[in-house]
Amino acid sequence: MSETHAQEDVTRRDFIYLGAGAFAGIGAAVALVPLIDQMNPAADVRALATIEVDLSSIAVGQQIKVMWQGKPVFVRRRTAEEISAAENVDLKELKDPATDEARHANQEENGAEKPEWLIVVGICTHLGCIPLEGQGEYHGWFCPCHGSVYDTSGRIRKGPAPKNLEKPKYTFLSDERILIG
Amino acid sequence: MAHQSEQQGHAAHESTYRTTGPFTEWLDKRLPILRFANDTMMSFPTPRNLNYWWTFGGILTFCLAVQIVTGIILAMHYTPNADLAFGSVERIMRDVNYGWLLRYTHAVGASMFFLAVYVHIFRGLYYGSYKAPREILWMLGVVILLLMMATAFMGYVLPWGQMSFWAATVITNFFTAFPVVGKFITEWLWGGFAVGNATLNRFFSLHYLLPFVIVGVVALHVWALHVPGNNNPTGLDVKGKQDTLPFHPYYTVKDGFALVLFTIVFAWFVFFAPNSLGHPDNYIPANPLVTPPHIVPEWYFLPFYAILRSIPDKLLGVIAMFGSIVVLFLIPWLDTSKVRSMRYRPMMQWFFLFFVAACGVLMWCGANPPEGNFVLYARLATSYYFAYFLIIMPLVGMIEQPRKMPESIAKPVLPGGGGAMPARASAAPQTKG
Amino acid sequence: MSRIAGLLIGPVLAAFVALGGAQPAAAAEGGQREPHAPSEGWSFDGFFGHFDRAELQRGFQIYKEVCSSCHAMKFVAIRTLSQPGGPGFSEPAVKSVASEFKVPAGPDEKDGSLVDDVGLLRQRPAVPSDHFVGPYANEYAARAANGGALPPDLSVIVKARHDGASYVYSLLQCYEEPPPEVQLQPGMHYNPCMAGGQIAMPAPLVADRVTYDDGTAATVEQMSKDVAAFLAWAAEPELEGRRKLGFMVLFYLGVLAILSYLAYRRVWRDTGH
Repeated sequence: MSETHAQEDVTRRDFIYLGAGAFAGIGAAVALVPLIDQMNPAADVRALATIEVDLSSIAVGQQIKVMWQGKPVFVRRRTAEEISAAENVDLKELKDPATDEARHANQEENGAEKPEWLIVVGICTHLGCIPLEGQGEYHGWFCPCHGSVYDTSGRIRKGPAPKNLEKPKYTFLSDERILIG
Repeated sequence: MAHQSEQQGHAAHESTYRTTGPFTEWLDKRLPILRFANDTMMSFPTPRNLNYWWTFGGILTFCLAVQIVTGIILAMHYTPNADLAFGSVERIMRDVNYGWLLRYTHAVGASMFFLAVYVHIFRGLYYGSYKAPREILWMLGVVILLLMMATAFMGYVLPWGQMSFWAATVITNFFTAFPVVGKFITEWLWGGFAVGNATLNRFFSLHYLLPFVIVGVVALHVWALHVPGNNNPTGLDVKGKQDTLPFHPYYTVKDGFALVLFTIVFAWFVFFAPNSLGHPDNYIPANPLVTPPHIVPEWYFLPFYAILRSIPDKLLGVIAMFGSIVVLFLIPWLDTSKVRSMRYRPMMQWFFLFFVAACGVLMWCGANPPEGNFVLYARLATSYYFAYFLIIMPLVGMIEQPRKMPESIAKPVLPGGGGAMPARASAAPQTKG
Repeated sequence: MSRIAGLLIGPVLAAFVALGGAQPAAAAEGGQREPHAPSEGWSFDGFFGHFDRAELQRGFQIYKEVCSSCHAMKFVAIRTLSQPGGPGFSEPAVKSVASEFKVPAGPDEKDGSLVDDVGLLRQRPAVPSDHFVGPYANEYAARAANGGALPPDLSVIVKARHDGASYVYSLLQCYEEPPPEVQLQPGMHYNPCMAGGQIAMPAPLVADRVTYDDGTAATVEQMSKDVAAFLAWAAEPELEGRRKLGFMVLFYLGVLAILSYLAYRRVWRDTGH
């Protein structure tokens, strides 16, 4: 066996050897996919990522609380006074400025505005407590934990919370049904 | 002759590790972990004639890792409660991302683990790997087998199907065979007056714990392996460097190839016949009021189940079943032969062949109702099982005339005894000390 | 000599493989009949098998219109009727299937009450994310309505019986007049495919029990086959995805086996082996 022969041999051996190793490595990496993906939300959890809510039983001035993705969502049918109170606010007064229209406008919906319906995630943006309905000086919500006060548009008006109540994504399926999520 | 050269074996253990720079130099003085890894997993001198039966050690390590990883994941989704366990398993199968893959891998993995461990054990028996100086290595292996059995049994209970429940009932009732204390032991095991929710909870806890105990004993097993080094198909001691190859790359690549073949069988079961190794009754939720008409354990327990049933007395049956494992602890001293490998034992080869056949018969009998001829076959096979260890092994070792053995491991492999040395293994052949 | 070792381990491996499927056959006492597959076999059997969508849809119709009056299927979510590898219903169709079931509604959104005006548990129409709702409130109600017998849940019935789908298929067609020597227990029916030959379930299928939308003739054989296939899917909804992934994995491992063998030969070529 000559020198060059031997050397060629070593290179070829290394090639197939490294190739097999790399191919095994790729397989091992792909095998990690199921091991990691199993921690993501399962099919039954994902099936609850959206919910439909029937609005027909909610009277004007009433609010219902529905669970969506493990969080409470307030669905409130506002009175005319509540709507006008929410609209007649100087945006400069607000900590997290937003018009009332922006608070109830539905990106999915074109045109048909339904200012009556205010749909917000019922979690105080301060530290995650659930605010109480109709309380506080703005008659929106009042958080008992640290005294944050929200108005009838779900905007933060007083207290430590930094942001307005979060507005979930929702669509009107019909006049009396919405799809949240 | 097999006992002389242990001290020589240590010569091969001299560290071949070389630090590669200031950092490894620094580390080596404080925690020589790279040196340890190099000496045990890279340059470890391994007999050059190991055949494919020796690849099962690596395969078993893989099996243990797969069971632990999939098991930890399944525990994230499983609920150990008698009312919820069955449903939580169904949720894993239907809703959890890749849940069916993880559960089938774990369930089939248990069978593959036992398949591999049985091959590993038969290999040890055939080539005399339990003989001096490897007695402790062998006994640690038997401890691992016992731990595996306990773990597999408790894992089988967790889905809380009919077979889970009744297997738990039958197996724990073994202990009622012991007079006076039996009742107290079973109630203590159950945490009640029958198998129930408390039993399920503790089995889940222990099923999670025991694999890590197995890891610990495996570490001891590997340690005990690295002291005398591997046995080999000739059973001869390593006499010098011409007899060995460094573990890496020679045996990493050979074990790797064998592992891929093993994984193909594994994958075939997981993807195309995942329930073929289980029993359909375990898809019926546990019902303490109805016993399935025919209770059989998983295939890997069938021989022991057959031994249990082959003896008409309850206590003696249980003792025989446990005895069939306990006897394995004794074989390093029951085997009187001066020769390790059965390659050179013309009589014992045949007895060994019949021994494997007897295990097969026991497995077959265990799968069938204890009626008619099965009782007879099981009794014959049980008798042979014990006779093999307690009578044949000591007796044949004394009377048998072994075949002529080669002078060294390298001799039959390299005509002329160590001419062309592989580049990676090159080192001056060491003269025997 | 290691050939002998091969000889020795061989039987163990063979026994292992043989034991795979070969659980002991049910004793053939009393003219017990073995389950058989339809003459054309199952579409989902074998290496390349997959479900026949139309068959699953017809099978679901049988489950809904016949079986579900006594049998629950509580581990199966209604939404899975539209998931890949299943019967392939459209989402609106699944929604309308769901709306026919009633499920506990949970607390009232306004006052938190769990019961309605007359004190009964509040209920709402099911949605696709709900599971199939069984016909009985609990096991006792089920037994009371069936003369003490409990109609088993059908979610995994195909995995819970030897010969799975073939067993269901055969059982449903196996009803016949009892031979004179058979003494039927009260409330039992003669069915030689059932262990012991007696079954509490009366023959559920008669020709034209349902009307198939696709015009398939609703013979007892056809309906048995359809519902058995549907239950096979219900038990193993992952089957198609599992085999697909299995092919990819086996292909990968096959290539890796060749590569690692070549690497092994390379590394070992100078050792005299």
